[in-house]
Amino acid sequence: MITTLSAMIASHVRDGDCVALEGFTHLIPFAAGHELIRQRRRDLHLVRLTPDVIYDQLIGAGTARALTFAWGGNPGVGSAHRLRDAIEHAWPQALSWVEHSHAGLAAAYTAGASGLPFGVLRGYLGTDLRAANLSIAEVVCPYTGERLATVPALRPEVTILHAQQADQAGNVLIRGIIGAQKEAGLAAHKLLVTVEEIVERLDAPMNSVVLPHWSVTAIACVPAGAWPSYATGYYARDNAFYVTWDEISRDRQRFVAFVDRYIHGTTDHAQMIGLLRADGLLP
Amino acid sequence: MSEACTYTADEMMTVMASRLLIDGQVCFVGIGLPSAAANLAVRLHAPALHLIYESGTIDTRPRVLPLSIGDGDLAETATAIVSLPEVFAYWLQAGRVDVGFLGAAQVDRFGNLNSTVIGPYDRPTTRLPGGGGAPDIALHAKQVLVVLKQSPRSFVARLDFRSSPGFLGGSGERARLRVGGLGPAALVSDYGVFKPSVDTQELELVARYPGVEVESIVNATGWPLRVAAHVEVVSAPTVEELQVLRDLQQLTREAHSRPIRLPI
Repeated sequence: MITTLSAMIASHVRDGDCVALEGFTHLIPFAAGHELIRQRRRDLHLVRLTPDVIYDQLIGAGTARALTFAWGGNPGVGSAHRLRDAIEHAWPQALSWVEHSHAGLAAAYTAGASGLPFGVLRGYLGTDLRAANLSIAEVVCPYTGERLATVPALRPEVTILHAQQADQAGNVLIRGIIGAQKEAGLAAHKLLVTVEEIVERLDAPMNSVVLPHWSVTAIACVPAGAWPSYATGYYARDNAFYVTWDEISRDRQRFVAFVDRYIHGTTDHAQMIGLLRADGLLP
Repeated sequence: MSEACTYTADEMMTVMASRLLIDGQVCFVGIGLPSAAANLAVRLHAPALHLIYESGTIDTRPRVLPLSIGDGDLAETATAIVSLPEVFAYWLQAGRVDVGFLGAAQVDRFGNLNSTVIGPYDRPTTRLPGGGGAPDIALHAKQVLVVLKQSPRSFVARLDFRSSPGFLGGSGERARLRVGGLGPAALVSDYGVFKPSVDTQELELVARYPGVEVESIVNATGWPLRVAAHVEVVSAPTVEELQVLRDLQQLTREAHSRPIRLPI
């Protein structure tokens, strides 16, 4: 089950798949996202609580036909310009979208992980989201009569996560801000994980988030695989790059040049990091 | 006059917002202006404020202002880190949050917020990031504080999209939602402070900043603004408030421009 990132993506992600790359600001699987671009996947239905710079890149590179999300921007910086261009001007292609609140999308992942048909929450009341997203419905509580919102369970074909460590057997440890990684991972039919390192023993503190190897489809060791996001215990968030991304992504040509040079122009993540360093985009 | 006594409208707004937080409250913090104000309050009059960010970081004490809602600093200084489904279900929806602190792109006279689109939803002229956790915070926090820079484009007669509910159409309409949250307690702009009126819950101007005339506030509002019988003049930021805010912003700039070190 331990393989390379390129083999993992080639074997397990098909054009047209529903794919969730999760990680709430922390542990975003950027290297895996870049590999989806490098292998020129098309027509993906991307799912993510917070389409961050990684989905800006995936959408701008033309991999996606649909997006399910709750918040789509460059955190702390501003707009996701490529996402905006896709919605506002259908560039590089039209993008359909399904929009939730964070609590709603979290409930949809939790339902998916639980094998339930829908998630339930006290939510969407008094908002226009309810009319904008026709999949949001209502159920009457059989105990209290309260009307509660429902969201259909999310069952992505593939969820991709980045984690700090896996052991030789393929058990995966996630530490720090954990977002909805576990729910998204267990909701999916296939779970792919990139890790900072493969270790002899996990030495996981009790009650940490550990995904047993038999719940994981494949693992690839990709050091710095979350850059410019971060991995607690390994490296910090590259806030400066998130600011730089605002400039790169504003302009279509500059964006295309970035993707061509650093993603299509390299064979893997390590080579991409090396090229970014040579060009002064990374220290 | 000493130099620390000159200040910008943004500084006044952040200081004003921080003053509204009460020590000991549980505060669910949005990124940007709300986060700056909450972290200022912690360093001034509210050292026991409980900060929760939607990244699941509970009782966090960031050393600088986080750029994102999930910076590592928030995790490293938190009492507990819980999952995102947990923070929204067990902590927010269950009613454990006193104050939700939100920003937005647009607000209307009843404190409803838009952070989704400008223009029609299906073909927006400007696609904004979206509600994220704000629709949930606006429903379930016992009260909500909104902080937003004011202009006729942000203080609008009619929202392009209602992402997060305030008082809906006013006059008690929100109560029909039957949620624990009571709605916006105050709106803070770079001109002054607005609070819901008792009868219709329409926001009315209750306080203005030094040197800001009521007329200019009315002109910066996209609806016919209700003005309270007595509009208080807020005291200018103190030397201490400005110093702490500027130090925090300076530390933040340094921290966010520090080069990271990758393990490869």
